[in-house]
Amino acid sequence: MSTTESEMAGNGPMIDVKNAAKRYGTVEVLRGINLQVRKGEIVAVIGPSGSGKSTFLRAINNLDPLSSGEVWLEDVQVNKPLTSYQYERHINRVRQDIGMVFQHFNLFPHLSVRQNITLAPRMLKRLSKQEADGLAEQQLRRVGLIDRIDFMPSQLSGGQKQRVAIARALAMQPKVMLFDEATSALDPELVEEVNFVMRQLAESHMTMIIVTHEMGFAQDVCDRVLFMDGGMVVEEGSPDVIFRNPSQERTRSFLRKHLKGRN
Amino acid sequence: MGLDFGVVPGYLGALSVGAGWTVVITVLAGAFSIVAGVLFAVGGLYGHPLIRYPVKAFVWLFRGTPLLLQLFLIYFGLVEIGIDLNAFVAGVIGLGLHFAAYNADIIQAGIVAVDRGQTEAGRTLGLSRYQTVSRIVVPQAVRDVVPALGNNMIALLKDSALVSVIGVAELTLSAQLAISKTFRPFEFYFAAAVFYYVINLCLEAALSRIERRMEAAR
Repeated sequence: MSTTESEMAGNGPMIDVKNAAKRYGTVEVLRGINLQVRKGEIVAVIGPSGSGKSTFLRAINNLDPLSSGEVWLEDVQVNKPLTSYQYERHINRVRQDIGMVFQHFNLFPHLSVRQNITLAPRMLKRLSKQEADGLAEQQLRRVGLIDRIDFMPSQLSGGQKQRVAIARALAMQPKVMLFDEATSALDPELVEEVNFVMRQLAESHMTMIIVTHEMGFAQDVCDRVLFMDGGMVVEEGSPDVIFRNPSQERTRSFLRKHLKGRN
Repeated sequence: MGLDFGVVPGYLGALSVGAGWTVVITVLAGAFSIVAGVLFAVGGLYGHPLIRYPVKAFVWLFRGTPLLLQLFLIYFGLVEIGIDLNAFVAGVIGLGLHFAAYNADIIQAGIVAVDRGQTEAGRTLGLSRYQTVSRIVVPQAVRDVVPALGNNMIALLKDSALVSVIGVAELTLSAQLAISKTFRPFEFYFAAAVFYYVINLCLEAALSRIERRMEAAR
């Protein structure tokens, strides 16, 4: 990202990851990744499995803490070194601003759709039942599932579950949304409804970081694509450049394998 | 001399009162054992070491020693250190703690089995460790182990007969009182057995209703 772009956004980046590294014992999962994401920007992270892209995403809200490096959300350092008591308060505050959607939805099966969405706003933002219900209805309309508000998660299809999970994350009114292979666990015919919701979200200028295997979606929706392999960003650029004219052989070979059988 | 069940109807009232106390003790001790079981399970898994190890020791101790001994200890033993509980309270506490130890083990297994993604989803929304455990993990864990907890409640109902030895006038003691007046042990023990069996049927019916409701929330 150039300085002029960052100035045009009015201030610094929404997300700023500096030299992110992570080791499990002697295995280096992330080897010094830098990423700046502007407000409203949509970044796709692609790469073979085991490339570290999910670990990287999960480091952004400190679900998988880095071994070294810094993650900033605007002017707050997410992985600030603190005593465990202070850290707990700090991270719970920061995570309210970072929505996350998981591959396996992770809806709370013992709670209704409504309760899934209202639980966190009620507990953390002290909303009244009416306010929280209003919020749930608003978010469910957004994902087209208002008629499922009193269903249990077990009564929903995979695509519907994921849309509820998106609504649940949005109900906290986050500044950024992280998507960790949000459509990978879905039957092919259910992928499009989730993509549709994510497209809408993109059009509403939500800042998004999307780990995905769907090259078509990344190409259509994202402003920028990161190709990761072996814990590093091998190549990064606009979708046009990455998908049509990548400079790195590793990118080309990955895309050849991944685009084969499509189009 | 043959059996004569004709003496039983005259004592049905007394036996019913005893059965009523058995139900009361079972419900109170059962509720206590589940609440305490959840607390022991959570304390044993997530607690500060100063909580975790005493809880583990306590659970181990209460599973490793006889219930009868525990009742004697609570009812007769605690008096020596100035804690004078009446028999009913001592019985409920003894039964409750004993089964809490068993419930704690079951609930711990249930907690460990809850998918890690549930905790991650809770923490990602900004819920604290405690909020995530209490609102997301424990309810699911308890739901998943309802059948096993139900078995413990049935065992608790039957073991509640033991509190008769510290003088709680429940079903077994009522039968013994009737026997002491009529010298008809077979008839009254048998009648008491029928009472226990009927209470058990009701308990099982209630448990299977709860299980069905829990199943619907999966």
